[in-house]
Amino acid sequence: MTGYIPGFDANLALDAILLVMLVVIVAAIAATHRMLSAVILMGLYSLVSAVWLVVMDAADVAFTEAVVGAGVSTIVLLGAILLTRGAAAKVSGRRRFLPAVLALGVGAILIYATLDLPDFGDPASPANAYVGRAYLEATGNDMGIPNVVTAVLSSYRGFDTLGETVVIFAAAIGVAIMLGFGERAMADRTIEPLAGGPADHHVVLRVAAKLLIPIIALYAFYVQFHGDLGPGGGFQAGVILAVAVILHALVFGLKDTMAAVKPKFARGVAALGVLLYAGIGVTCIVNGGGFLDYDHLFPRHIEAQIPDWILGPADPAHPHHWGQHFGIMAIELGVLFTVAATMVTIFYGFAGRSMEAPQPGAPRSGAA
Amino acid sequence: MADALFWAGGGLAAAGALLALIGALGVLRFPDVYTRIHAASITDTGGATLMILGLCLISGLSLVTLKLVLVWVFIMLTSPAAANALANAAYSAGHTPWIGSFRIMQDNRKGGSR
Repeated sequence: MTGYIPGFDANLALDAILLVMLVVIVAAIAATHRMLSAVILMGLYSLVSAVWLVVMDAADVAFTEAVVGAGVSTIVLLGAILLTRGAAAKVSGRRRFLPAVLALGVGAILIYATLDLPDFGDPASPANAYVGRAYLEATGNDMGIPNVVTAVLSSYRGFDTLGETVVIFAAAIGVAIMLGFGERAMADRTIEPLAGGPADHHVVLRVAAKLLIPIIALYAFYVQFHGDLGPGGGFQAGVILAVAVILHALVFGLKDTMAAVKPKFARGVAALGVLLYAGIGVTCIVNGGGFLDYDHLFPRHIEAQIPDWILGPADPAHPHHWGQHFGIMAIELGVLFTVAATMVTIFYGFAGRSMEAPQPGAPRSGAA
Repeated sequence: MADALFWAGGGLAAAGALLALIGALGVLRFPDVYTRIHAASITDTGGATLMILGLCLISGLSLVTLKLVLVWVFIMLTSPAAANALANAAYSAGHTPWIGSFRIMQDNRKGGSR
């Protein structure tokens, strides 16, 4: 839109505004003593940086930042606040001196390091010149899918993504070891206010949630299966799907949600996702390729049986597209399973414990 | 024609931004929780509606327009529900409105029917 107002670079102005907003939010986080404010400001920080990443044309990263940073981590941190104190301990000025110097020093070094970074979008930069360029040029030929990010993530660097999936699964195990799976909340006998009774103030919330939860789940699957073509994929879809479950728990109560999506089911699906991902890799080995080499996902005679109407007629020059398509689809499904089930398990762990945490008589941060 | 649409859309988006500014001012200046929620929900509903309408005019008739309309429907579902939940929570936490309690609220607090 630079043409409409001469001498005004809208992108530069937008960058500047967003970055100033980020700095202001960080200063506010550092200044506040209330954990609740800090957590909400951190969600805001993620949202603003997601907007900034969209401006920088990194749609996939922005998507992840928005759903993980602004969505799920805010909820998990709120759960952590429920288990701990709502305010930071007051620290004397002298004890804050050394951390402040350390933080400022590291920040200065990082800013100094950015001076050496290549310009944004510089075609001669190492990231764009060698490997990145090779991926961009070869993806259409190797996989035949338009989203290069998905191609790199799930095929070229499929082993790295398997590692990330295992890390997420390990996070679920870690939280479960510390906090449990939250199953004791199911046996909780406290009587909750009856829905629709005179004391029921949450009708609007429940109706809105009922409308939204199916749409959120549907959108998760759109993001999942559209990941080959546009921004998205298993990680983002998994988090969105988990958010649908978490929203249900926040509005309808943890017990109802645990009856619908059982903790045992959630942790089983988390393990199934990793198993599916690694199993695809092993299948490729069995059929004569390397680990996660989707060109060998199907034996030749089976690949020849796949009818044309699924993905169009085979291109004789590049006969391996189907293996790549199905391989990417399958491992993205594994990522979806693990991410969604892990987020739900972590949420169950925190939420199940927060019911047992000693509740103060008055609302903790009621007087705003 | 395209230029006229651009300026009309830009004007609507600017009007939406003005509403968002007014909402932000209201959040800062209004005296109690409920009036602040009222100001904030102007940002969510009125400001967002005008902005999305403006963006629709700029983008013309395309898939982007459909996506913008879906975003608008989503905002129309979530923002009023969030404002309602916020006001509900404030009321449950014992905040009385700045202008004093309404009779119906006192009845409600005693456990009577609405």
